Amino acid sequence: MFKRLRLAAAASLLVAIVTPAFSQGTLRIGMTAADIPQTTGQPDQGFEGYRFAGYTIYDALVNWDLSKADTLADIRPGLATEWAPVEGSDGKRWTFKLRQGVKFHDGTDFDADVVVWNLDKILNDKSPQFDPKQAAQSRQRVPTLVGWKVIDKYTVELTTRVANALFPYDMSYILYSSPAQWEKLGKDWVKVALQPSGTGPFKVDRVVPRERMELSRFDGYWDKARVAKLDRMLLFPMPEAATRTAALLAGQVDWIEVPAPDAIPRLKQGGMVIVTNKYPHNWAYQPSMVEGSPWTDIRVRKAANLAIDRAGLNKLLGGLMVESKGVVYPGHPWFGSPTFDIKYDPEAAKKLLAEAGYGPNKKPKIKIAISTSGSGQMLPLPMNEYVQENLNAVGFDTSFEVMEWNTLVTFSFQPVTGDASTKAGTNAINISRATVDPYSAFMRLYHSDFVPPKGANWGILKDPKLDELINKAHASFDRSAQTKALADVHAYIVDQAYWVYIAHDLNPRAMSPKVKGFVQAQSWFQDFTPITMQ
Amino acid sequence: MLLYALRRLIYLIPVAFGVSLLVFALVHLAPGDPISAIVPSDAPKELVDKLKEYYGFDKPLPVQYGRWLLVTLSGDFGTSIGTGRPVLQEVGSAFGNTIILAIGACLVAFSLAIVLGTAAAYAKSRIVDRLVTSIALVGVSVPHFWLAIVLVIVFSVELGWLPPMGLGPENATGWRLDWPHIKHMILPTIALSVIPLGVMTRTVRSTVKEILSMEFVTALHAKGMNDRQILLHVLKNAAPTCLAVMGLQAGNLIGGSILIETVFAWPGTGFLLNNAIFRRDLPILQGTTLVLAFFFMMLNLTVDVIQTFVDPRIKRG
Repeated sequence: MFKRLRLAAAASLLVAIVTPAFSQGTLRIGMTAADIPQTTGQPDQGFEGYRFAGYTIYDALVNWDLSKADTLADIRPGLATEWAPVEGSDGKRWTFKLRQGVKFHDGTDFDADVVVWNLDKILNDKSPQFDPKQAAQSRQRVPTLVGWKVIDKYTVELTTRVANALFPYDMSYILYSSPAQWEKLGKDWVKVALQPSGTGPFKVDRVVPRERMELSRFDGYWDKARVAKLDRMLLFPMPEAATRTAALLAGQVDWIEVPAPDAIPRLKQGGMVIVTNKYPHNWAYQPSMVEGSPWTDIRVRKAANLAIDRAGLNKLLGGLMVESKGVVYPGHPWFGSPTFDIKYDPEAAKKLLAEAGYGPNKKPKIKIAISTSGSGQMLPLPMNEYVQENLNAVGFDTSFEVMEWNTLVTFSFQPVTGDASTKAGTNAINISRATVDPYSAFMRLYHSDFVPPKGANWGILKDPKLDELINKAHASFDRSAQTKALADVHAYIVDQAYWVYIAHDLNPRAMSPKVKGFVQAQSWFQDFTPITMQ
Repeated sequence: MLLYALRRLIYLIPVAFGVSLLVFALVHLAPGDPISAIVPSDAPKELVDKLKEYYGFDKPLPVQYGRWLLVTLSGDFGTSIGTGRPVLQEVGSAFGNTIILAIGACLVAFSLAIVLGTAAAYAKSRIVDRLVTSIALVGVSVPHFWLAIVLVIVFSVELGWLPPMGLGPENATGWRLDWPHIKHMILPTIALSVIPLGVMTRTVRSTVKEILSMEFVTALHAKGMNDRQILLHVLKNAAPTCLAVMGLQAGNLIGGSILIETVFAWPGTGFLLNNAIFRRDLPILQGTTLVLAFFFMMLNLTVDVIQTFVDPRIKRG
């Protein structure tokens, strides 16, 4: 009798030991999106789309290492095992060796033909699989990619317009969907959106537009260390912060994105866990650098940077920001060693303005285009009003052109000299920027070649020295030299105080104590595979 | 009667055309454009221009309107820029969800309003009248989105009795008439019914009170009718006025409440419109508004016809 009991107990224990990687429950998440992000391959709805409908269902050739919280997330091999510029190509041709044995959720194989088919899908208008909706989300992520071809079944060669040492970062945004699934569903991307097939750690079971997306573990995932522990993950669109908070407190979801700062004490009181971490986000003012703008004087730019009480602003946000000292935060590999220390020093700010010829009767007039809400904009109205008080306190005459988020985005498609800005009389803009990779952090925002419509250098900053530094970073194929070059770029930008740097968001999310094993990476993207539900 | 209904139906055509023109003009007058809503904020203008060309937004506005009208007349309504799904499918599913809430809110608001309004009109006690009037005043004054949040805090967060969001349980698809789904619609229904409850209570109270002061009511008393019989006569006489207001209120509810549906993440027309406005999803905006306008007009027509049945004195030429 006892022997049998012992055997049963041992068997139970064995089962308990063997199965924790599986049957770990269902995670229910309240997203800020108002609809399910695009599921066909290239997600919409910004990086929240990539987070939930991108790297969950799909892989890129180059993935992000999201396993650590204490260092900045960096790229690592994904569907490609290695990559290198082709010798003698001046860094304009790259070979990507593809991972063998990778299967799509529909059981078909991933190979070089799939890569070419997917690049045609977003970059070749003439291809039958071309999808303008996916193209809209991805073309600007690979601005230098101009050619792609199969070398052999597991090798592709990609060609760039110019030498671009940072090209592997660009390839982290291109995700690979199954050509077989597209064929099977009548070559109709609308149908594929309801039954997508990728190679990622989660497969899609059901998409109910505007209601939810149901994902489940893909047991055949190629990276055995990242096979999801969860059985299922349910994603609910909940654009209203109060709804997300209530849903979490009522136990209808286990995790919410971006809780409102004023709801955090209540969430903590309800036993919820608030998780935050630094990540590549920058909330700043991008000034006009055209003739006649007060911002062309470095003393004015430095004065504005010294006028802002970031600690006070952080208090207003309930501690959910990092006080900014540049494009990236201190401790970031690209921070470098700037000599200009961005801090709160109103007396120094007043002195600089006086040196620049400004005073009580002649204040520098600044008018900033801001939004009422928007992706990554944090709490734009109270934050901007707070900064306005700070700036005016040292002698600026600050006003705003307030617009809705979509309008501000459209507004930014023209540079400061365009009709929209000229009509509004603005000389600065407040759009938060993702600084995930070197192109998005520096090239598109500070390089003189990237004035809209080509990029996002809205203020038409033209500094040959900075251009040279950025070009050098993009031509540095050695990794440590590349990091050093990027740190030099950053130090120079901070020393010139080219923007008014104010805050980095802390990426808050609230979750039930039942959620275990989550590591919040320093990234816009997160890895859901290690999570279990207690 | 049939001729009257037919004529009213024919009137719908120019009204629908006017609505479509107005919606198209308003949507294009607003700043922002549909393509900027589907590309990332750092997308180069070259890409935006290319997509505008692809979707036909580079054409002059009259051409765009003409193309949209042709597609709509063929019964297609086009596809959503945001999701790529057919507009008719999007609007159809959202409309079905909104109708469920609207019917619930109508039932709650109208039945309570008839009881409360009649009680207040009949009340000899000033306290009852004052109480009902106060309820009606609160109903028309309280912001329903605020009430929605309060309801969620009390009944979902604190008491844990009712779910705070969604159409139904997490594994269900669509709406069904069972307790788990009804639980999900209780709070949004209450929040949505507050305004029509206030408006209707005031209307019923004043109409019944006015009728009670008419001579024919005195004549009915003199004939020896009991209170119940007289009440039926009074209600029948009050019906045309109340029906007209009910029609308008029901129309508003069918239009969907953007705020209530957003607070409760209820995937109806309000939720759909809210998303479409922020994404500048013109086909969805135009399609939804046109369908809603059509239903609003149909509802008014139905109310007019019912009024004629209820009160034969209403002659239609």
